[in-house]
Amino acid sequence: MSIDVNMAEIAQLFIEESLEGLDIMESGLLNLDLGAADPETMNSIFRAAHSIKGGGATFGFTEISEFAHHVETLLDEMRQGQRAVTREGVDLMLQSVDCIREMIAGLADGTIDTTRSAELEVELAKMLGEVEPAVSLQDEVLTASSGGSAPNDPQTVEHRVWAIRFEPLPKIFKSCNDPLRMFRELQSLGDLEVHAQGVDELDFEQLDPEECHLNWTLEFQGKVSREQLEEIFAWVLDECELSIEPLALEAEIDADDLKRTDRVPAESPEPVAKVSVPKAVSKKPAVKSVVSTHENTSIRVNIDKVDALINLVGELVITQSMLSRFSGDFDFTQLEGLREGLNQLSRNTRDIQESVLGIRMLPMSFAFSRFPRLVRDTGHALGKKVELRLVGENTELDKTVLEKIGDPLVHLVRNSLDHGLETPEQRVAAGKPETGVLELNAYHEGGNIVIEVIDDGAGINKDKVLSKARESGLVGPDEQLSDEQINNLIFRAGFSTVDQVSDLSGRGVGMDVVRRNISDLGGNVSLTSESGVGSKFTIRLPLTLAILDGQLVRVGKESYIISLVSIVETIQTSAEKVSEIAGQSEVFRLRDEYLPILRLHDLFDVPADSDEIADGLLVVAEANGQRVGIFVDDLQEQQQVVIKSLEANFRQMQGISGATILGDGRIALILDVQGLIQMFHEKTGQVPVLPAVTA
Amino acid sequence: MTAVQATVEEFSQGAESGNAGGQYLTFMLAGEEYGIEILKVQEIKGWSSATPIPNTPEHVLGVLNLRGAVVPIVDLRKRFELESIEYCETTVVIVVKMQQSDQERTVGLVVDAVADVYRLESSDIQPPPDMGTAVHTEFVRGLATVNEKMVILLDVNHLIDFETVGPVGENSAEQCAAQAADH
Repeated sequence: MSIDVNMAEIAQLFIEESLEGLDIMESGLLNLDLGAADPETMNSIFRAAHSIKGGGATFGFTEISEFAHHVETLLDEMRQGQRAVTREGVDLMLQSVDCIREMIAGLADGTIDTTRSAELEVELAKMLGEVEPAVSLQDEVLTASSGGSAPNDPQTVEHRVWAIRFEPLPKIFKSCNDPLRMFRELQSLGDLEVHAQGVDELDFEQLDPEECHLNWTLEFQGKVSREQLEEIFAWVLDECELSIEPLALEAEIDADDLKRTDRVPAESPEPVAKVSVPKAVSKKPAVKSVVSTHENTSIRVNIDKVDALINLVGELVITQSMLSRFSGDFDFTQLEGLREGLNQLSRNTRDIQESVLGIRMLPMSFAFSRFPRLVRDTGHALGKKVELRLVGENTELDKTVLEKIGDPLVHLVRNSLDHGLETPEQRVAAGKPETGVLELNAYHEGGNIVIEVIDDGAGINKDKVLSKARESGLVGPDEQLSDEQINNLIFRAGFSTVDQVSDLSGRGVGMDVVRRNISDLGGNVSLTSESGVGSKFTIRLPLTLAILDGQLVRVGKESYIISLVSIVETIQTSAEKVSEIAGQSEVFRLRDEYLPILRLHDLFDVPADSDEIADGLLVVAEANGQRVGIFVDDLQEQQQVVIKSLEANFRQMQGISGATILGDGRIALILDVQGLIQMFHEKTGQVPVLPAVTA
Repeated sequence: MTAVQATVEEFSQGAESGNAGGQYLTFMLAGEEYGIEILKVQEIKGWSSATPIPNTPEHVLGVLNLRGAVVPIVDLRKRFELESIEYCETTVVIVVKMQQSDQERTVGLVVDAVADVYRLESSDIQPPPDMGTAVHTEFVRGLATVNEKMVILLDVNHLIDFETVGPVGENSAEQCAAQAADH
């Protein structure tokens, strides 16, 4: 067991919990009603700040704990009603939250930038000074002294909370010392809370009972000085690592006493907390914006999910033992039992698969929680009144997808705020309520998750978009486009620069990037808009990146897989419905639309059963708002396939997004419809309608 | 096992000097004997048909399922632009590990037959003869003479350029032709 590793782990927990605390502070601050603050919200903000301060002091991050102390002092005054909750106060608090977040991010690489915190500290002091300069000054002196040597000042013999970190060497018992005795002694002086660490690293097989394998974090409350505490540990000083840090004054404790149970976990994180019940989801926890930047690899999983998984594995074991009965001597009278066992096995496998994937699932609120702040700040800056509605925050999504969807979502929301929603004056003139509504909505649909960004703004001015597109040559002068096609124009690269569309009510900054990010995740984005009424962006994403619902198609002897998400329908058509344009590309008529035919056997240069359209099937597939009919010989079964990378041992291939292993051990290639369309256009010599995908 | 371990040191020492001594697995290809470092060889398996990948050069036969990993299969005859033959029971796939620009790839090489394992000292190995600038010899590590026969030692890492999935050098057609003529 290495103490260093242990400490690093605990420090990591401190970082995670502090970030969570900051998120709670942030969402709490945003929800505060100016002038009439809800005491419960105020308390939760205060508790979060207090935990960060305490944790910071415990782990020796004095910069953080000192800064948090100032914040806490201001919050305390607000909480106790000594100070009105003003907009300036809330703004300053929000800035402080950002500042602490930066400092914590700095912890990871060991550089804490104190310039910003110093500036804010001055402002905080100024604000505090307006009411009671004396108190804050005194507090400051005390905090400043906390990190350094203990002053003999009688003032320190106050009722205080001390955080004691006690890590004895293994041989401590041999010198007739017993930690338990010291704890009892501490208990006689005041209130003591003991948290033991290292329990889960114990290997009872090889345990040496004469050695001490544990270490402790103590929280002590009482009227004692540092010297008195040190005296208790005097006998073991050379046989342990000991740190004694003051946490808080009594005044702060009394008010906070009732909430002690909430506070404790933050100050004494246990290493076992890897799997713990996430704190009430409704609190809008963790904005991952900070965490995701340095790819945090741990994941919090609801204990219910783990229990369910354990149950399922239990069932699997039962099935296994049931099946193993048949391995000895099998005769055909047992066939029915074997079949039943196999059925059970397949059910178990499916359940476990779902359950394991569920572990990676996090609620959408992780991505949504950053938006209240963003909408508030951006709306403020643009002079627009916006009401943000979040719907479906508990919809679950794969962690990887969730982390990657954040940026595109921010982009869409910014865009809606900037270009979609009008200023209050414009809205009133248009007969709409002054406050615009921006809604983020997430829900499951089939094997997908759908996220909508809806605003009730001006919508897209289709005429202007179209004339702009004609001007820039993206659309021919006589070409007629459907509304859908016009809306899709804004996702085009080159069309979407600010100068080109800044005078439009339409959107456009980097929309092509949004679309590309989303299609990298295997999803797609579409837009519906009505002029004067608003716009709706719809993002459709697979629930997970590891498994795909696929349709097997056959061309000659080869099988390929097309993702079910991209298939619109499959039809059989006849030669009469197919016409050739300029002897080059074939199109067929699907109801009121003409779609190009993409012959997979031509594109991949593999022999097909037949060239005749009537002999095969057309799989109508869609990618990036474009539809094509993919000509294949036959459809085979639908199945879930595990995606294997082709790049790992080979390289990326155009038109192919990966490979999978079928039940019989063969490999089948998974088709990338977007890439296929691209290849098709290159082959037929048409100008690609989509921006070239950079490899 | 111990023999292989023993060669690890010798090999890593030799690698620095450019023409490494150590153990080499040799295989037959159109009557010539080629050798690759035995430490690069992961396994040898019989030929089974691969799933073709469209729009790749002819020498890339496709991908094979190797215990859950998707492994590309390369026909060395086609790679060297030698005449193709029907695969028969001696045809094997040598699965090797290639180290290319920070990525380790597992690749199967289809050869006519495996031949032998030789232990070669670095003094046994001659650098490849200078065949002029038109001929690329990056993937030829050197030549060795064993039992009066020439063995061409290949550098596995430079055998296939996966970034282009094309021939190694720009003039590789001439190069291969030249090699074929040499033989």
